[in-house]
Amino acid sequence: MQIPPQLQAQVDEAISHYPVSKRSASLPLLHLFQEHFGYISEEMIQWIAAKLELEAIKIEQIVTFYPMFRRQPAGKAHIRICRTLSCALAGAEGLKTTICEIAGIPPLRHANSAESPISVSPDGKFSIEEVECLASCGSGPVIMVNDDLYERVTAEEIPTILSKYR
Amino acid sequence: MPAPARRIPHPREKRMIFANIDREGYTPDIDCYLRHGGYAELKKAVTLKPADIVAEVKASGLRGRGGAGFPTGVKWGFIRPGETKPVYLICNADESEPGTFKDRYIIHQDPHQLIEGMIISCFALNVHLAYLYIRGEFPHGAKILENAIAEAKAKGFLGKNLLGTGFDLEIYVHRGAGAYICGEETGLIESLEGKRAYPRIKPPYFPAVLGLYMCPTIVNNVETLCHIKHIVKMGGADYAKLGKPNNTGTRIIGVSGDVQKPGYFEIEVGSITMGELINDFCGGLKPGRTLKAIIPGGSSAKVFRADERFKLKAKAADGSMVENEIGVLDIPLDFDTMAACGSMAGSGGVIVMDDTRDMVEVLNNLNHFYAHESCGQCTPCREGSLWMRKITDRILAGGGVESDPELLASVSNRIAGKTICAFGEACSWPTMSFVAKFKEEFAGKAKKQVPAFTPPEFTSEILTGAQH
Ligand SMILES: Cc1cc2nc3c(=O)[nH]c(=O)nc-3n(C[C@H](O)[C@H](O)[C@H](O)COP(=O)(O)O)c2cc1C
Ligand code: SF4
Ligand code: FES
Repeated sequence: MQIPPQLQAQVDEAISHYPVSKRSASLPLLHLFQEHFGYISEEMIQWIAAKLELEAIKIEQIVTFYPMFRRQPAGKAHIRICRTLSCALAGAEGLKTTICEIAGIPPLRHANSAESPISVSPDGKFSIEEVECLASCGSGPVIMVNDDLYERVTAEEIPTILSKYR
Repeated sequence: MPAPARRIPHPREKRMIFANIDREGYTPDIDCYLRHGGYAELKKAVTLKPADIVAEVKASGLRGRGGAGFPTGVKWGFIRPGETKPVYLICNADESEPGTFKDRYIIHQDPHQLIEGMIISCFALNVHLAYLYIRGEFPHGAKILENAIAEAKAKGFLGKNLLGTGFDLEIYVHRGAGAYICGEETGLIESLEGKRAYPRIKPPYFPAVLGLYMCPTIVNNVETLCHIKHIVKMGGADYAKLGKPNNTGTRIIGVSGDVQKPGYFEIEVGSITMGELINDFCGGLKPGRTLKAIIPGGSSAKVFRADERFKLKAKAADGSMVENEIGVLDIPLDFDTMAACGSMAGSGGVIVMDDTRDMVEVLNNLNHFYAHESCGQCTPCREGSLWMRKITDRILAGGGVESDPELLASVSNRIAGKTICAFGEACSWPTMSFVAKFKEEFAGKAKKQVPAFTPPEFTSEILTGAQH
């Protein structure tokens, strides 16, 4: 694992935001690593724990608790689709099927399944995950592709949206 | 990214917090904010005594906009004057209650209004270190806020010796990572300490006494903190003239679901009814449809059935008590009436359902949410939320048995009031209210006649040891 100087600097900056307890930097550091490497590995957990002077279990514990952290890479473009009530009323379920078809992603397991809640296309370009309410309920159905939010998404728009990330 | 639909405010709205939302040419940078009179209230606040600001907030009658509706001035009053431990302020920007979408727009379009509200609040409460806990799914929002903080610092509104007052304050943005329970204030505090977001038991862990790092801590919602700025501007007494007694000010209502034009509206609390909201503000239902159900205050609020009637006590002009009967569409949107009708104004998220909706499917969607989001500390909540989900799964799959509605009611009744945090109520109220109010629909789907299941390896004899 190579930690580039820029990431190192971001790590140190993040830790400086918590003058009372370094442990508070656990989540920010995990975010920085996932943004940089795309997922969280065992080695990263060890590294972060050592940096924050914690036992590794303290970091592992939160990786397994917070749904946004993943233990394996997602697709180059990671799609989050809201499955909660307002979006469901606006047609999220059908939209999910369309996205999977067009992006070539195998059908998704449910978020409550014991397996990974993320499904990745064989070419590694796209992945999808069902998430809970994204706080855009008045403009559903909504999806996020990487960091970008799309509102009132229709099946017809999916090819155009996805083509931006191919 | 398609531009979000810009809405023209409805004439009956009173836009205070949302004054600049969707305004042509309004940008989130500090220069734009300053051009519109930004940070004037902070400059006023630092000339006041902190205790006087707290007194104005008390006088304003402001109630928290995060869900519980707790009076903000009373909460602030829990911080003792002359407190020797450091005091922290945390802005709750976790916005994750299904149906709620308001803080998002403040964060993305008018971040300095929030930062100014936070700085004034910190000054009033003698806070030198504050955090803004934002949900992980707002990556752009987090950057916008970080940028706003840096701008405010560069202009001397924040940081060491702000505005030359000798007062030091740092605010940092802290991102969550996809767990709903981080919105619960003690779960949020644990999360900010770098742990799993396991809510703490109250007592003794009231945040105002034992909060972040076991120090007194005030947790307030984004919208609540924005109001502080306007209270300083107007004075508590004048602010209290907005809305209704005990339900003062304005609040943002978000409508989603089966209406023609879903959206967000800022109104004086209690100034419009549910019917006006749905028909005048949201263009009514889709053609040919009729109203079936409304969830009035975020997904955790108990559902209203369209034909429900409520008997409300009110004081008549001569001081005697009279009883008025009203329907669902007559309910004014305020905290107290909503509670008197058996639900809650909660987070202001109204979800509307028409006659095409299957109530078992709707409840099942919510049960999936709660089963996924329980933190797992308390057995009734962890097991109960999953159990309720499995029962509605089973009914939808065609395997529902006659006793299922009763079983759902029984499980839900065994969660609320028996858990560490209010998620227990949040996850059981939907099931409790849906099953009670749409009994025939559940009974119509759960029809299999199957005797009660007794696992053979655990007969009552074995369990009591009787056969040995
Ligand atoms: C399960 C649960 C989830 C919550 N989620 C949120 C939330 O996303 N945002 C929020 O501001 N308050 C949320 N709250 C309420 C907070 O615990 C707390 O009451 C609130 O942030 C206080 O701020 P206020 O007094 O300004 O309303 C939640 C409460 C519970 C029990
Ligand atoms: S009620 Fe549920 S969410 Fe709250 S602490 Fe208990 S298990 Fe966790
Ligand atoms: S239900 Fe999808 S954004 Fe809220």
